[in-house]
Amino acid sequence: MFIWLDKLIQLLVEKIFRVSMETRLGSSIHFFFYDTIKITILLGIMIFAISYIRSYFPPERTKKILEKFGGITGNIMASLLGIVTPFCSCSSVPIFIGFVEAGIPLGVTFSFLITSPIVNEAAFAILLASFGWKIATVYVITGVIVGVIGGILIGSFRMEKEVEEYVYQIQMGETEIEQMTSRDRLNFAWDNVKDIVKRMWIFLIIGIGIGALIHGWAPAPLLAKYAGPDNPFAVFVAVVLGIPLYSNALGTIPIAEALINKGVGIGTALAFMMAVTALSLPEMVLLRKVIKPKLISTFVTITGIAIILVGYLFNAIAHLLI
Amino acid sequence: MVIKILGSGCANCKKLESNAREAVKELGIDATIEKVEDFKDIMAYGVMKTPALVVDEQVKVMGRVPSVEDIKKYL
Repeated sequence: MFIWLDKLIQLLVEKIFRVSMETRLGSSIHFFFYDTIKITILLGIMIFAISYIRSYFPPERTKKILEKFGGITGNIMASLLGIVTPFCSCSSVPIFIGFVEAGIPLGVTFSFLITSPIVNEAAFAILLASFGWKIATVYVITGVIVGVIGGILIGSFRMEKEVEEYVYQIQMGETEIEQMTSRDRLNFAWDNVKDIVKRMWIFLIIGIGIGALIHGWAPAPLLAKYAGPDNPFAVFVAVVLGIPLYSNALGTIPIAEALINKGVGIGTALAFMMAVTALSLPEMVLLRKVIKPKLISTFVTITGIAIILVGYLFNAIAHLLI
Repeated sequence: MVIKILGSGCANCKKLESNAREAVKELGIDATIEKVEDFKDIMAYGVMKTPALVVDEQVKVMGRVPSVEDIKKYL
């Protein structure tokens, strides 16, 4: 898809910078410009397209849909709707309260809360840019599966008591779902592109910069030895490192791309990414307003374990994906 | 006129508040701007996406930050 860009940047490196593509410097410069442009294009297109679709699924509508489903179907629907419902961590508390107030089971609510941040347009675009369609799609599907299973497990623990009492007393008012014209939807999608790019560009540039250095200079045998698919601890460490990071840290994926080229396992990188998006410290602090520490730690533990398993799975089947 | 900004204090809520103040100033109307940060009160408006703009107890915008020009239309 981006062969033209690849060739163009090769020309840039050899004719303008006058550095051979065979040198470390040449391949680093190429990595930097090629990745920056490719990721910017894909981010813009993906965020715009998905935001447009999202404008049809405000949380109010999602809530109404979920009220109709119980059991495992509820978990599956919640995870799927988690993909398309607009979600930022600042909305997680009102969405949580809204779902509980509507009588949606706790497990179903958590299916939504787990999948929604994991499967987001920025993660998808960056994966697409760095690893291609196959892996980006597999990432979305596993994001849904992690949400469904995590939600079912949390639901089975019957932890309704671990929700702050006041949440059950809140009476939600009725609002009309805003009617949007297609012009409004286009504006909404464009605003989202600007907003996400504004939040992430600095992380992306730093991530691509470090990625470029690794690309040219990192010692592949050493990395493969310590973080390769054969090291059973790599996935675990990646997830633990990813938890405190906030989703803007997705900009670090080009680092992962460079590392994978150097022999780091693909599952390790995907697990890191899921941990970054699904579990973040700021979100825990917000959720603490509505749920008690015991439920928060259950949520982190189950989601963390699910992500670690996904990492091992992908490392095991990596040869089918690349 | 009473304008309420619903939101738990995230960056977007602050942006909405400053846009609302600007709109009020430009229109030169008499309005008080209140911040609603308690979730109990926010949810009472049926709002699940913050920030939200409420004008005279009516929810006008939720889940996005309207521009100053946009807000003027709601006042």
